[in-house]
Amino acid sequence: MDNASRPLLQVKDLRVHFFMDEGVVKAVDGISFDIHPGQVFGIVGESGCGKSVTMKALLRIVEPPGRIVSGEMLLHRTRKDGTAETVDLAQLHPRGQEMREVRGGEIALIPQEPMAAFSPVHTIGNQIIETIRLHRDVNERAARKIALQQLRNVGVPSPEQRLDEFSWQLSGGLRQRAMIAMALSCNPLILIADEPTTAVDVTTQAQVLRLLRRLQEERNSAIIFITHDLGVIAQMADYVTVMYLGLVMEQGPVDQIFHAPKHPYTRALLESIPSIHTEPRIDLPTISGSIPHPFNRPAGCSFHPRCTEFMAGVCDQQTPALIPVGEKQLVSCFLYHP
Amino acid sequence: MSTQPTPAPLLEVRNLKKYFPIRKGFLRKTVGYVRAVDDINFFINEGETLGLVGESGCGKTTASRCILRAHTPTSGQMLFRTDKGDVVDLAQLSRPQLKPLRAQMQMIFQDPYGSLNPRMTLFDIVGEPLYVTGMRNRKEREDRVAELLGLVGLRPEFMQRFPHAFSGGQRQRIGIARALALNPRLVVADEPVSALDVSVQAQTLNLLLNLQKRLHLTYLFVSHNLSVVKHICDRVTVMYVGKIVETATAQELFARPRHPYTAALLAALPVADPRIKTGNVELAGEVASPARPPSGCYFHPRCSFCVDQCRTEAPAYREITPGHYAACHRADEINLAGISSG
Repeated sequence: MDNASRPLLQVKDLRVHFFMDEGVVKAVDGISFDIHPGQVFGIVGESGCGKSVTMKALLRIVEPPGRIVSGEMLLHRTRKDGTAETVDLAQLHPRGQEMREVRGGEIALIPQEPMAAFSPVHTIGNQIIETIRLHRDVNERAARKIALQQLRNVGVPSPEQRLDEFSWQLSGGLRQRAMIAMALSCNPLILIADEPTTAVDVTTQAQVLRLLRRLQEERNSAIIFITHDLGVIAQMADYVTVMYLGLVMEQGPVDQIFHAPKHPYTRALLESIPSIHTEPRIDLPTISGSIPHPFNRPAGCSFHPRCTEFMAGVCDQQTPALIPVGEKQLVSCFLYHP
Repeated sequence: MSTQPTPAPLLEVRNLKKYFPIRKGFLRKTVGYVRAVDDINFFINEGETLGLVGESGCGKTTASRCILRAHTPTSGQMLFRTDKGDVVDLAQLSRPQLKPLRAQMQMIFQDPYGSLNPRMTLFDIVGEPLYVTGMRNRKEREDRVAELLGLVGLRPEFMQRFPHAFSGGQRQRIGIARALALNPRLVVADEPVSALDVSVQAQTLNLLLNLQKRLHLTYLFVSHNLSVVKHICDRVTVMYVGKIVETATAQELFARPRHPYTAALLAALPVADPRIKTGNVELAGEVASPARPPSGCYFHPRCSFCVDQCRTEAPAYREITPGHYAACHRADEINLAGISSG
């Protein structure tokens, strides 16, 4: 199979809205992207941009009053008998057998807070073995072997002992490693890492990131890496999507996003972070105002009230489409519309 | 007050220790101590920003709370030069003696959601310190609150609103206004921007720097974010498991670290540039527990420069070059990579 050209997952015009008493929150409002094998696909954005809701939609765990309103999420997979098939995750029943097989099997998640994600009353081993037995046709003993192997693979010291411990007996770094081991235990095609290092320290973060990189290179799977930290995204991702208020502002290869950003939001975001290399104690360029409340998302381009390139009569009237600029880079801004 | 550098520091911390007892069993017998802050020394000059960095559990928050006497230290001295010019030891003062000094030391908190009472209006929140210290006239307080809100970039008309009407960045400004209400001289900022979105972090950092210039403030800036610390601090102190491992000017510390732990922190920092690959330094293991620290130098199990002396003997915290302190046996011989500012 030609892996390089064929995407694993295609998301087309995905919309997730939350129907609240106060009104409709358009958390994700028409985003599209392709995930290729061997790619680390970064989604970066500030709070409320819809990056976590996108992740939840892919796993079909959006809680009511949220609903996938429209869009397709096409997963291209190989069946056990070797034939290729395509399933639209948006059409599956969220609690149906098929979706339950995909969730944890083909698409696995590394959540942000491993402390909250592990059950405190079951051992780590119990939980990993349960996952393996749900998705693979193996007995208890074989599943335990796989779990041990996975823990060893992510660098947990003395895994035989750790397997029978509870999550609260592990340190933050080990807990996150155990979580990664669990996510990888069923050889997923796609691994979603939702802010996997926000809750850990800098030196642990470096360890976890390196581990993810190594595993990804070994297995040639795809990682969807969600974070608000531009430093982490620069170090981890191959391809980056910048989101703001439920929309994609810009998409492109990591080098282009950081060295040739096109959208005013991306540019302003990059300029506003203090770096080791910038002049200390000077006024940083800022983005004026703050992120609007999702109930009153501005008309037109949702970034226009904070934008330095605002064009009256255009940006506040229509919503810009995501159009290609140069090779592989897409931007939704009227500056680039012909 | 002149702007020339004052030789006497505003605050000098000497041999500060804070141990928390570990109690076990029915009789709650003390079976050991968590050495949260274990014999640290540093000073802050008037008008400067001292950064206190380290990973979680290293004691940076405990140290800053001791200075404000939210904790009573186990032992040590905290010499504070008051606005009248005399030096007092904050560690020895009783509560009534502390009260007049509290106005001179204020705190900015990390979480702008948890640190503001949702049932109080901005006028109540920012005006409370004024009321407590004797400003009973409502009109007078209103004027001062309006002035403070203006100072931090909020409209004075917001005074009657509640915190829920404001975004994270605006809430942090409210917290800053409250901290400045009594004209403090020392402001302890505990991770003031880490809960904020990237696009509002810069606004808050600019505000802190501007306020420092205008009001001649002294900051103790506690953070784990090295990029922010490099940007805002004059000098930086690095803590590891309750001890200070290195102190130097920000420029010097980042360009030429003297302690292997500092170098490891710098190497682990993800730089927002895909062309510079970071995080390749192997730092094995995890942060030691302050309840059961390793022998000798606390960092030795993770240190790649470790020799026999490091396993048995705790290194002294000493001046390596003028103004650059480090606690490492081999600080003079090893050559550590820093980050060159370009």
